[in-house]
Amino acid sequence: MPNLPFLTLAELRSGYSRKEFQPSEVIEAHLKRIEALNPELNAYLEVFGDGARDRARALDKKLAQGGPLGPLFGVPLAVKDVLCVEGTKTTCGSKMLEPFIAPYDASCIRRLRDQGAVFLGKTNMDEFAMGSSTENSAFGPTRNPFGLERVPGGSSGGSAAAVAAHLCQAALGSDTGGSIRQPAAFCGIVGLKPTYGRVSRYGLVAFASSLDQIGPMTKTSEDAAILFWAIAGHDPKDMTSSTRPVPPLEALFGQDPRRFRLGLPKEYFVEGMDQEVRDALLATLAKLEGLGIQVEEVSLPHTPYATAVYYIIATSEASSNLARYDGVKYGFSAKHADSMLELYERTRAAGFGLEVKRRIMLGTYALSAGYYEAYFKKAAQVRRLILEDFTRAFEKVDAIVSPTTPTPPFLLGEKIEDPLTMYLSDIYTNALNLAGLPGMSLPIARTGDGLPVGMQIIAPAFMEERLFCLGRLIEELTNPPIQGVPFDQPIA
Amino acid sequence: MAWETIIGLEVHVQLATRSKMFCACPNVFGAPPNTLTCPVCLGLPGVLPALNKQAVLFAVKTAKALNAQVHPHSLFARKNYFYPDLPKGYQISQYEQPLATTGKLEIETPGGTKVIGITRLHLEEDAGKLVHEAEFTRAGVSYVDLNRAGVPLMEIVSEPEISTPEEAMAYLRALRELVRYLKVSDGNMEEGSLRCDANVSVRPEGSRTLGTKAELKNMNSIRFVGKALAYEVERQVRVLESGGKVAQETLLWSEKLEKTLPMRSKEEAHDYRYFPEPDILPLAIEGERIEALPELPWDKRARFKRVYALTDEESGILTEHPALAEFYEALVEAFPNPKTASNWILVELLKTFRPKMNRLDFFPAVSPKRVARVLSMIEDGIINQSTAKDLLARLLEEDFDPEAFVAQQGLGQISDEKALLAWIDELFERHPSQVNEYLDGKEKVFGFFVGQLMKMSQGKANPRLLNTLLKQRFDARKPAS
Repeated sequence: MPNLPFLTLAELRSGYSRKEFQPSEVIEAHLKRIEALNPELNAYLEVFGDGARDRARALDKKLAQGGPLGPLFGVPLAVKDVLCVEGTKTTCGSKMLEPFIAPYDASCIRRLRDQGAVFLGKTNMDEFAMGSSTENSAFGPTRNPFGLERVPGGSSGGSAAAVAAHLCQAALGSDTGGSIRQPAAFCGIVGLKPTYGRVSRYGLVAFASSLDQIGPMTKTSEDAAILFWAIAGHDPKDMTSSTRPVPPLEALFGQDPRRFRLGLPKEYFVEGMDQEVRDALLATLAKLEGLGIQVEEVSLPHTPYATAVYYIIATSEASSNLARYDGVKYGFSAKHADSMLELYERTRAAGFGLEVKRRIMLGTYALSAGYYEAYFKKAAQVRRLILEDFTRAFEKVDAIVSPTTPTPPFLLGEKIEDPLTMYLSDIYTNALNLAGLPGMSLPIARTGDGLPVGMQIIAPAFMEERLFCLGRLIEELTNPPIQGVPFDQPIA
Repeated sequence: MAWETIIGLEVHVQLATRSKMFCACPNVFGAPPNTLTCPVCLGLPGVLPALNKQAVLFAVKTAKALNAQVHPHSLFARKNYFYPDLPKGYQISQYEQPLATTGKLEIETPGGTKVIGITRLHLEEDAGKLVHEAEFTRAGVSYVDLNRAGVPLMEIVSEPEISTPEEAMAYLRALRELVRYLKVSDGNMEEGSLRCDANVSVRPEGSRTLGTKAELKNMNSIRFVGKALAYEVERQVRVLESGGKVAQETLLWSEKLEKTLPMRSKEEAHDYRYFPEPDILPLAIEGERIEALPELPWDKRARFKRVYALTDEESGILTEHPALAEFYEALVEAFPNPKTASNWILVELLKTFRPKMNRLDFFPAVSPKRVARVLSMIEDGIINQSTAKDLLARLLEEDFDPEAFVAQQGLGQISDEKALLAWIDELFERHPSQVNEYLDGKEKVFGFFVGQLMKMSQGKANPRLLNTLLKQRFDARKPAS
C-alpha cells in the first residue's frame, strides 16, 4: 500500500481504477494525518470526519460496482472557509459568521460533489479573505509547515498549509489580490488563479466582486489542471461567468512550451525583492533558455500604480459587500442594543476584526460623495491602463513570468502591526486580478533556510493551458521542493 | 401675488414578471411573510444576482411606448444604505447610464393636451417591508417581511413640467393606463405596485429661477397625490407670503391629518455611495428582440372617438383597460350600434367590472356575444329594458343562452293589446279616485298607473304600447270638450 496522502491526483486515479485501495482507506489516512498534525498547524477550522467517512463508504460501493471513474472520484479535498458547503459552518475566519451555517452549496462545490470528490473540512483564512498571512483569522493563525514560526501566507493560508502538509490531496482557495498564489508560494505548492469569469463565484462569500476568483491549490501543475477543469465553466447563477467552452482535460496539456516566448517585466525588479527570490527566478529562466525558450524583457509601465488601484477598488467593493452583516438576519448579533442604529454599530464593531474594519472604512471613504471621482473613478480608469499594459505585452510574448512574492515566508507577527508592508506582499499578484488574467504560482527553489520560493506565470485571458504546460516543464527541470517537509513521515 | 407651481414626479412601477428580478422566487402579492424567499433575495453570504430578462424587456417596452431613447448599453449600480428591509445593505439599481432617457407622455388637461417630458427610466429591485403594527406584534417590535425584496421595479422620472395637482393626477392616470396596456404592471397604487414621490416648489409667476423644492412621499392613491400636492402648494405659498423660506426637506403625507409632515432628518441624510454593480455585466440591448407595441391608450381613444362617434368621456372610460376596450369592440361587432352598446356598458356593466379593473388579468365576466343578443332582443321588441337589465345581471353571474331563457321563462314582452286593455280596465275599477285626479289635470298620476301595470305584468308589458293604450283609455273617459 502506498503512502496514500502523498499521492498525486493522477496516481490516486490509477490506484482506484486498479482497485489497489478504495476511497474509505484514502479518506481515513487523511483524517488520521489531520488529527495528528492539525493541532499544531491550525490549517483546518472544521473537519467533516463522519460526513467524509459516510461519503467515502458510498463511493467504495460505487467503485466495487465498476464503471468509468472521473478524475475527481474519491479525491479528498480541503475547502477554504469562504465557500458555502451546504449544512456546514461557513465562517470566513470571522466572528461575524461564526454561527452561520450555509443552507446551500457553492456552484463549484456542487460540481465537485457531482464528480465524486470528498470534502474533508474547511480551512483557515484571513478574515473575509483580507490579509496575506492568515493572522487575521478570528480563530488563530495557521502555521507554515516549512517553518512553524512562519506564516503560510494568506488569505488562503489554511488551504496552502493543508496541501503542503498532505492533509488533503488538493484544496480550493480564493484569490482577490494574490490570496491563492502568495500562500502557494509560501508553502511550496501550486496555486492557480483562473481568468476572471472562468469559475463561477456563486457561493463564494464576496470580498471584492470584480476581483475574486476561486482556484485550485495542489501539489503539481497537473493536479491544478485537473481541479481547474472540474470547476471551470459557465454557471447561470453567476452573470460574470464566461460562456466560453472549457477545453477538454487533455487539451490543457496540448501545447509545447518549448516554443513559448516568455516576458520578464522590467518594472518588477524593484527594491524590496529578496536576493534569493531573484536568484531562484533567474536560475529557473536560465534553465528554460537552455531548452531554447526565449526570454525577453517586457514593460508594464503602470505597475507602480497597481497596489494603490487595487486597494481602492477592493476596499470599495468590500465596503458594500460586507454591508449585509448587520446582525439582523444571520450570523453574530450584538445583544442589548436599544435601537436599530445601535444594533448595527455594536454588531459590526464587535463582529469584525481590525483589518476588515480598516478596509471597510477605506472603501466607504473612497466611494463617498466628493471623493468618488478622485478615488474610485480614477482607480477604475487606471485599472484599464493596467490591463492595456498586459495586452500590449502579450502581443510580443506567450506568457509573462515573475516572482510570486518579493520575499520568502516571513515570521508570524513580523508584519501584522504594519499593514502597508503587509500589502506589499501582493505587488506581483494583484495586477492580474485588476486585469482579470490567469496566473499560477509554482515552487522553483528553496532558500538557504529551506523556505520555498515561488514563481508566477501569467497568461492571456482564458489561456490557462499555457500555465499548465509551462508549469509541468518547470517541474521537470527543478527538484520539487515539496519533498522533505517537516511532516513527510507517514502517520501510523 | 400670483404663484406658479412646479412639480416633478418619480414613479416606481412593480413589473408583473413571473419571478423576481434576480432569483427564481415567484413575484406575487399577498403570500404569508417570508415564504417567497431564497438565499439570493435573502442576501445570504456568497449569493449573486441573475438578471431577469423579462424585466428588461418590460422596461424596454415601456420606454419605447414613452418615446424614450433606449440605450444600447446601460449599467447597474449599487445604492448603499442600511435598513432592515434591505437584506444586502445595498439596492441594485441604475444610476449613471440608465436604461432609457428623454421620453414624453401626453396628458389631458382642461386646457387641452399637454406633453410632459420623461427624464429617465431605469430598472431596480424592490426592498422588503417592515411590519410594525400587525395584530401579532408586541408594542415596539417590528418584523421584517422579505417577500417583496427583489421584486423588479421600473423607476420613471418626469421632467419638472407638471403645473398643477390635477395635472399630476392626470399624469399618473396616463402612466397607470399605459403600463396596463403594455401588460407590464397592474399599476395598483393601493397594493403598492405603482408608487409615487413628488418634488414640488412654487415661485412668483413670471420668475425664471426655481423655488426651493420639497419631496413628498407616502401617497397611496392618485387622489392622495392630488390632495398632498394641493396642501403642499398652499403651505409653501403661505410660508413665502409671510416672508418665510421653504426648507428643502422630505415630507410625508398623512392621510389621517390631511397634511404633510417632515420626515426625521436622520432618515434622509444619506450618501448612497453609488458605484457600478460588479456582479452584473453591462446590459446590452439589441433592437430586434423587442416585440411590437400594442395600440397605445391614447391612440385607441382617438380611434374610438372617430370610428364609433363617442364622446371624450365615453371613449376615455371604454379604453381605461385594454380588456374593456376589447370587450366593447367585440360587442359592437355583434351589435352594430356603437352608442347604445357604450351606454349599456357604462350604465349597467361597468359597476361590476370596475372593482377588478385594477388587475392586469381583468377580464369581463360575460361574453360580449351574449350581451349583443340581449341588446338585439330589445331592438327587436322581444324584451323590454327592465328585463334586459335583469338578464345582464344574471349573465354576469352565470352563462346561459339568453333567447332560450326568455322563451322558457316567458319573459318576452306582452304586446297583446287585449290583455293590456283588460289590466287597464281592472286598474281603473280599483282606483277610481286616481282616475278622476288624472282627468282633473293631475298628469303626474299617469306614472302611478304605469307602475301598477308593470307590476301586474311582472315587468313584461311592452312599455311603448302600454303608454299608448293607457292614454287612449283616459282620453275615452275625458268629457268631450
